Parts: sequence; C-alpha cells; structure tokens
Amino acid sequence: MKTNSRAGEKIAKLLIWSTALFVLVVLVAISAYILIKGLPRINWHFLTEIPRNMGRSGGVASTIVGTLLVTAVAIIIAMPFGIGTAFYLAEYTKESMITRIIRFSAESLAGIPSIVYGLFGFIFFVIYLNLGWSILSGGLTLAIMILPTIIRTSEEAILSVPKVYREVSFSLGGTKWQTIIKAVFPSAIRGITNGIILSVGRSVAETAAVIYTAGSALRMPVSLFSPTRTMAVHFYILAREGISLENAYGTAALLIILIFLINVVANMLVNRFIAKGR
Amino acid sequence: MVQNASKISVSGLNFYYQKKQAIFDLNLKIHANSILSVFGPANSGITTLLRSFNRLCDLTPGAHMEGQILLDGKNIYAPDIIVTELRRKVGMVFDVPTPLPMSIFDNIAYGPRLSGMKSKKLLFQSVEEALKMAALWEDVKDRLSMPAASLSGGQQQRLCIARVLALKPEVILLDRPCSGLDPISTAKIEESLSHLKEKFTIVIAPHNVQQAGRISDRAAFMLMGHLIEEGPARAVFANPQDQRTNDYITGRFG
Repeated sequence: MKTNSRAGEKIAKLLIWSTALFVLVVLVAISAYILIKGLPRINWHFLTEIPRNMGRSGGVASTIVGTLLVTAVAIIIAMPFGIGTAFYLAEYTKESMITRIIRFSAESLAGIPSIVYGLFGFIFFVIYLNLGWSILSGGLTLAIMILPTIIRTSEEAILSVPKVYREVSFSLGGTKWQTIIKAVFPSAIRGITNGIILSVGRSVAETAAVIYTAGSALRMPVSLFSPTRTMAVHFYILAREGISLENAYGTAALLIILIFLINVVANMLVNRFIAKGR
Repeated sequence: MVQNASKISVSGLNFYYQKKQAIFDLNLKIHANSILSVFGPANSGITTLLRSFNRLCDLTPGAHMEGQILLDGKNIYAPDIIVTELRRKVGMVFDVPTPLPMSIFDNIAYGPRLSGMKSKKLLFQSVEEALKMAALWEDVKDRLSMPAASLSGGQQQRLCIARVLALKPEVILLDRPCSGLDPISTAKIEESLSHLKEKFTIVIAPHNVQQAGRISDRAAFMLMGHLIEEGPARAVFANPQDQRTNDYITGRFG
C-alpha cells in the first residue's frame, strides 16, 4: 500500500509538472518563432516611417500611433465606468434583481465574439453617431468590449479585500467613501490593475472589432477623428493579402514587445504606488 | 469624579439577527473611568453587546434592536446622532490584531486623518502620544514607516489600541483583545489598560475568567444573551449571587 501511494504521488507530480512544461514550451515556441522571423525587420526606419506601397515597404509608425491611441481611448473610457460599476456591485448594493441583471449582462457581454462588437460599433458609432472610421469609434467599441472584463476582475479584487479592513475603518470613524478610498482601494488595486492590463492586451491585439470601426488607413492620424490602422489589423492585412510576410512578422514581433512593455510598466507603476502607500 | 456617574446606560435591550435573538432584555450601567469585564461562554451575546455601543452592528445585514443605549445620557440610536462621531468617541479593539496594510505611522494616523487632521506636526504628535499611552512607543519609534504587519502579534494588538487612542475617545471597547496572544504580551496589554482607565471608560470582553479577575473593577456575567449578574468584580468573583455565575467561574462549564 505504502509504495503504491508513493508511486501515485510521483505520477501525479510528473503529470502536473509536464502540463506546466507543455504550456511553457508552446508559449516560448510561438513567441520565439515570431521574434526570430520578425526581429530582423525591426530597425529605426521600420519604427519611424509610415507604411509605403500598401505596407510592402516603409515602416509601421502610423500603426503604432494608431494602436496606442485607440487603446488609450478604450481604457480611459472603460476604466472609470468599469471600476465604478465594480464598486457599486461590491460595496453599495445588496444582492438584488438589479445586481443580478448587471452581473448577467457583464458575463454575457464577455462571451460575445469581438466581430459582433465590431459590427455594433460600425452601425452605432461609425454610421448612426456619424463618427466615421476613426480612432474615437474604434476606442469606444473596444471600451464596450473590455468593460465586462474590467467589471468582473475589479469586483473580484474588491470582494477579496478582507472584511476586517472595512470594519476597522468604520470603527475609527470612517464614512463609507473614506473607507472605500483609504482602506479598500489600496488593497484592491493590484487585482484591479491586473484586469486593466488584461484589457489593454486584448485591445492592442484586437482586429475584428477595430477593422470596421477605426478603419485601415495608413496615414499618420492627426486627431481622434482620423481613421487609422492598428498594428494587429496591419499585420492581418499584410498576411491575408499576401502583401509582405516579412513586414507582417516584423509588426507581430513589435506587437509582442509592446504588450510585454505595457505589462512591465504597469506593474512597476502599481508597485511604486503600493510601496508609497505602505 | 463622581463615582457613580454612569457613562453608558443600557435599558431594555433586545437584539436580533434576522429572527434569531442574541440579547434578551438587558439592563446595564457602565461607570466612567473604570474597567468593566463582560464575560461568559462563546455565543453569549457579548460581542454583539460591545458592537452595539459604537453601532458597528449597523453594518451587519438583518441586525436590529429594541431598547435604549445612552452615552452620557444621550440616546446613541437617536436619528440626530452622527454615527462617525459616535465611533470616534467609542473606539473598538477587535479580537484579532487588525493592522491595516500600511505603515505603523499611517495606521495610527488613520483616525485623525479621517477627521480632517492634515498638519504633519499635529499628526506626529497624536501618533507619538497614542503610541506612548499604549506602551508601544519604545518598540517602534525608530521604524514608524515600516509596514504594521511586520510587528509581532502582541505589538500589533497594542498598535490597534494606540490607533483607537489616537481618536481621543471616551470609551474603549475591547473584544477578547488577548485571545491570540502569549502571556507576556497579554500582561503588557493588561498593564496598559490599568493605566488607561484613569482617562477612559473601558469595557472589555476578557478571554478568560482569570483575566477578568485580574483587571476589572466591575464584572458582568452573560449567558446565552442574558445578563446574569453584574457588580463589583471582587464581589462577583468571590461571592457570586447566581448559581450559574458560580458554576462558570469555578469551571463547571464554559
């Protein structure tokens, strides 16, 4: 019996270990493949010139700017609404019909394919609100797309803050608002940030929802009403239309690096904020 | 000081969580500048009683009460009472140390800051004063910016006492404040309490009868939501009037 259970222990360990190894290998393989193919394309000209000849030559400068602006619009709009809704659900209301409806909607919205958001954005922002293909239309569409993620992750982060922090704050004469700002938020900020980083990643990488709303213009955008092409859309078009596979890889590699950088910077900012709070 | 001035006066208190009654028709007068121990087995309604004195009970969904609780003759459940002000007057120390995830200084300054104190100098003064009263100043004066969680359990609990003292309260409620602490930390806390009663009214749920005997001026025994007897501590412990009190003190149950 004893040897049996010990063998079982070893097999379980091996199995779990190998699943983790498998995932790691897949991730590394994909990233490495793209980086190896793409990195040689990346140089100063690639970063600073706008695409020429449909993207066959030139760089990707305008798509970098477009990606950053569309993502920024999405986050700036979705963040306050998402975090606000999460605090409403977690702190300001009891379980009721309304909270169930909000949660159910958020969950349903999270499961909708992004192309549907693209279509909605096209009909509502581009045509009905007459915003045209623009950074604003794309950003608003992405904002709606990432809202459920931000709400759910923020709510979970807020609910995981120990109840005693709230009791302590109330017992020291804190109002509800003071308690939320000073006792709950600082403890929830890491979880909230994780949700936002996840959303930034999804926005940066999104194609279907922005191709119909932000357009696919290669010019350098001059305002939020300019149409633009995000990097993800750019390499999709480059690869799909067979324009330039090399440049597609270059753009993909750049996208991976960008997402990596966003993660690192966001984590650094949060760590600094938390360190300051202690 | 008039000896018999009652700081808190409870009359006809019935307390319910939803339909379950936690406290039955309780009447109690708590004298100023003294230590009252409210002791009894678990689930006797002691925590509920303490939490009703600063209306922390309000936070529990489904909790409601009947009867009256007066602080200095004023009903604390009257509609014109500002709850945050009441809680500053009636501070609370919980059964486990509850440092907030911030520095030692910020923990103590939390209350004063909530009430609008901004000046660095004033904040530092109240932090120092509170830490000295809680006998923690010597331990932490060189590391006020360290996370409060880095302190030992006993130090954390004294930090929580200091945090309450920084509010300049009138009443301090302590709900089994030494339950997780070693005897030396417990002795330190008991010693600071005996000094603090000169300035404050202290209501403590002790974690055992021995502690109640050591520190209290008056003692109240509660059992299953009923106040069985209350009186000068020495009398209650040496010569309890009620058989149930006697049984509990002598260790026949509980």
